[in-house]
Amino acid sequence: MMKMVNLTIDGRQIQAPAGSSVLEAARAAGIYIPTLCYHPDLRAEGACRLCMVEASGARTLVASCVYPVSEGMVVKTNTNKVREARKTVIELLLTNHPKDCLCCQKSGDCELQNMAADLGVRKLRFEGGETKAHTIDSSNPSLVRDQEKCILCGRCIRVCRDVQGMNVYSFAGRGFNTIVSTAFEHDLLNSQCSYCGQCASVCPTGAIVEKDDTERVWNAINDDSKVVVVQTAPAVRVALGEELGIPAGEIVTGKMVTALRQLGFDKVFDTNFSADLTIMEEGHEFLERLQNGGVLPMITSCSPGWVNMIEMKYPELLPHLSTAKSPQQMFGAIAKTYYAERAGIDPAQIVSVSVMPCTAKKAEAAREEMCSSGYRDVDIVITTRELGRMIREAGINFASLPESQYDSPLGTGTGAAVIFGTTGGVMEAALRTVADVVAGASLPKVDYTEVRGMAETREAVVDVAGTAVKIAVCNTLGSAKKMLERMKAGTADYHFIEVMACPGGCIGGGGQPIPVSGGIRKMRREGLLACDRASELRKSHDNPEIKTLYATWLGEPLGEKAHSLLHTHYKAQNRD
Amino acid sequence: MQHIRAHVLVCGGTGCKANGSKEIQIAFAKELQSFGLQDEVMVVETGCHGFCEHGPLVIVYPEGTFYCGVKNEDVKDIVEEHLYKGRIVQRLLYHEPLTQDRVPNYSEIGFYKKQHRLVLANCGAINPEAIEEYIAVGGYEALAKAVTEMTPEQVVEEVKKSGLRGRGGGGFPTGMKWQFAKASVSDKKYVICNADEGDPGAFMDRSVLEGDPHRVLEGMAVCGYAIGADEGYIYVRAEYPLAIKRLRIAIQQAEEMGLLGENIFGSGFSFKLHIKEGAGAFVCGEETALMASIEGKRGMPRPRPPFPAVSGLWGKPTNINNVETFANVAQIIVHGADWYCQFGTEKSKGTKVFALTGKINNTGLAEVPMGITMREIIYDIGGGITNGKKFKAVQIGGPSGGCLPESMLDLPVDYDSLIAAGAMMGSGGLVVMDEDTCMVDVAKFFLNFTQSESCGKCTPCREGTKRMLEILNRITEGQGREGDIKLLENLAKNIKETALCGLGQTAPNPVLSTLKYFRHEYEAHIKEKRCPAAVCEKMARYTITDACRGCGLCARNCPAKAISGAVKKQHVIDQTKCIKCGACMSACPFKAIIKS
Repeated sequence: MMKMVNLTIDGRQIQAPAGSSVLEAARAAGIYIPTLCYHPDLRAEGACRLCMVEASGARTLVASCVYPVSEGMVVKTNTNKVREARKTVIELLLTNHPKDCLCCQKSGDCELQNMAADLGVRKLRFEGGETKAHTIDSSNPSLVRDQEKCILCGRCIRVCRDVQGMNVYSFAGRGFNTIVSTAFEHDLLNSQCSYCGQCASVCPTGAIVEKDDTERVWNAINDDSKVVVVQTAPAVRVALGEELGIPAGEIVTGKMVTALRQLGFDKVFDTNFSADLTIMEEGHEFLERLQNGGVLPMITSCSPGWVNMIEMKYPELLPHLSTAKSPQQMFGAIAKTYYAERAGIDPAQIVSVSVMPCTAKKAEAAREEMCSSGYRDVDIVITTRELGRMIREAGINFASLPESQYDSPLGTGTGAAVIFGTTGGVMEAALRTVADVVAGASLPKVDYTEVRGMAETREAVVDVAGTAVKIAVCNTLGSAKKMLERMKAGTADYHFIEVMACPGGCIGGGGQPIPVSGGIRKMRREGLLACDRASELRKSHDNPEIKTLYATWLGEPLGEKAHSLLHTHYKAQNRD
Repeated sequence: MQHIRAHVLVCGGTGCKANGSKEIQIAFAKELQSFGLQDEVMVVETGCHGFCEHGPLVIVYPEGTFYCGVKNEDVKDIVEEHLYKGRIVQRLLYHEPLTQDRVPNYSEIGFYKKQHRLVLANCGAINPEAIEEYIAVGGYEALAKAVTEMTPEQVVEEVKKSGLRGRGGGGFPTGMKWQFAKASVSDKKYVICNADEGDPGAFMDRSVLEGDPHRVLEGMAVCGYAIGADEGYIYVRAEYPLAIKRLRIAIQQAEEMGLLGENIFGSGFSFKLHIKEGAGAFVCGEETALMASIEGKRGMPRPRPPFPAVSGLWGKPTNINNVETFANVAQIIVHGADWYCQFGTEKSKGTKVFALTGKINNTGLAEVPMGITMREIIYDIGGGITNGKKFKAVQIGGPSGGCLPESMLDLPVDYDSLIAAGAMMGSGGLVVMDEDTCMVDVAKFFLNFTQSESCGKCTPCREGTKRMLEILNRITEGQGREGDIKLLENLAKNIKETALCGLGQTAPNPVLSTLKYFRHEYEAHIKEKRCPAAVCEKMARYTITDACRGCGLCARNCPAKAISGAVKKQHVIDQTKCIKCGACMSACPFKAIIKS
């Protein structure tokens, strides 16, 4: 049993597990203490000094996020001394911060702004002091860094180092000249950045944000000569609501489709369609490798942050990566070929937009080789957050929208496709199809609960129509890195590995609504699993539109046409 | 057997070396040779004697004759007169600044008379690069006694009983610290010596490491035995090359003799020591930042708890003490806690080494019993203020300390009295200031130091000290505003309450202590736009007195064309045009221009 300690916070008797922080104890008891550098997903640092409280026995005020509870401790969170200390912290931060908050991309979602408002900071006594000056880094397609807005909370450093294992950021310089720096202060394009965007999703201010592409979308929509098609990724439908005042995890697919039409998209399609297509190709590729002595373990390749990571850091392991393109890119290739032919549209007229939970998808679409349709396969990628902003900008009252259906033929997806958005989902979807293909029949087993869960690394031996298949599932780049190290050491004898760059998979993607935490990811995940359960068709190969695609146009999985449109190659990235 | 009748001790401390003591050693070898004395007189390079102001220092034994300010060309005289003919070279003896008496003997010099050299006992007396010399004066006796006759509990108990407190600044009871580390259960523990001496003007630790490195190693090994650690690190700044060199030699010699390494004295106790060179960040003197630095990380403090005794270097229980603290350990073990307790006051036992700098006659290192008054240190040991000026303040405790005024000169120097007075013991830097010092400027100097040495992690220290410095800057530039003092005090108190580590929590001290004792100077700057000590350039006022002969040199040298006047008539400075550069004053051959 967990040892509990008794303490008093603001006159209330509270019990908290030994070893927990005063902040955790207070929050569990419903007592609010403001924070900035603290993030529930990350190790507490006690750096910003906003969460200061009075604690009995302490010489000075203490940072509640790192101060452990102890028996009989008396804590006061609301004295004048505490209030003044917090206000001074905000005041000091604001003094060294741009004052154009109203025009900031983060306005309204900014924790610093909210704290200043909540704590009643109405005047800066140190007005006119020296402030930091930096150029904006918008070198890459995914993320924009504006260090003038950085408050040095270190969350980006911690998420990149401790969760993602990428170590792109570090503190550099001393005192007032301290900055969060990449190695040699290179821009992100020339750093070992995977573009996963986890830094942007934990940044409390506008210092790291997704590159905003909404203007390009508006321009396409307003160009009468263009046919603007949009695809929406699985994980967007359970998170978009959060941008628009709806609780996390609520399935808003129908409202989202209506909103996209109201925004002016000509066709609203579903990435679920191409997720099913990915399973067809990737599933057959796996069987091919398994049965004909190909390179194993095979590793999934639909998470572009993950692909960037392996290309940068483990290029010798690239043959393990499935050659199947990600659902976004398969959609793009099919939309400007198959769909254009069927709809009688000149592919040159099509602007292909995707809505993704991911910032790395922006860079993926911009990859040089992603033009197998003869055109740029996907033209513009926006994140869930950007779609939320477009809906707000258009004045659409999202909560009261009626629901509507995706367009055909690229709007049909199965339950297998929708779980792509959560860790383990691609693996489960693949197993559903591979088992049926091996058995040559439609097996009754649909749920592979062995691979479900939220742990960073999970493994199982799965019975696939009589064959024992050893699989592993990793989410976060940190766990992927450990897996690759095991592969190099020869201690990872799996057949098939799924890797997602972000915590929890795409539901925790770097383009998803802010704030995010383990609890929020869990709610989004529940939403996706509910979508799967409610689906009539739950295996990718049962998708009628996919069947038609292969039967009428594409030929066989792994066939010549499929190869040229739906498969890709990888190469080592040398960014230094 | 060779018969040596005299020893020539040449100081090899950093200060004397910088003044050419290495060349003096070579000159001695040459001159002794030419007088045929090479077999009966031995030249020994020692560590620092502490009297650095008068270096290079040479002491001739057995007489103990103390020669100071020795130059290359003086060597022949010393050899010929003293060593060959037996006559003391009068002109190289020390002159007492107040009496002008010549003092031939080391122990008779005022600077040394009131000192009580326990920690520095061997500094300047033995060759720090020869372990035999350390052993000859009782070295490693404490380690032998501890590991062969005492239990770890007894060692901890003895240190606790001695009342030894941390000499690095905080003054935490050393025995308690050891007890905490001992009580932590772990397969691995570490001992760290904090030799990241960084206070401006402080060089106590450097001198101990250069002059008597084995004393520190021995203290660390005793600590390792007491707490159950088998490995230790000395974190020493890379700017101390001589200290590092001598530490390396000392560790190697101790290992060769079996005094460090495996199975020491056959007791089964093993202790391995490493040197880690710091890269020069002041904050790395903070123990958690120091440990991060040893681990190869950026030197940034982390919150405590957990304390190092529970989770320190690489997450293992660690005891970390300062150089001088470890240097005190051996004598406590050898002579016992009761013996040690005779020095010092009730709550501050033993001695403390101070680095005397600033406007004081005898700059150098002085080791004094705790409880001595500031007046005794400054006047009896330090020889008073230079150029007969008036004492104004003494800054004690480094940049985190405070400035004490003349009214506090009879304050006993111990941990608690200093804290109560708004200063702190610190690591032992003592900067003496005379009447020509502007206290706002002094506060600005120290704050500028801590501000630029802040690690940047926590908001109050990173942003707050910057704003304090901006306010001080404008005050010294004549732009001070009504309310600035209140703003400074408010922010200073806030930073003390909320900063993460000791550096931030003490950074406002120089401002707060000068505000406490010299508030009128701040007020003069702000309200009257006047610097009482005439230091702050921006508010200086240059005027021409009737000593002016009208030569016109000042007017020609003025870059702002602010000076006018007829030839051979008194000139005038137009205050609205004057840019306070002082060019006129340096140009005037008649000292007719004054600054106020």
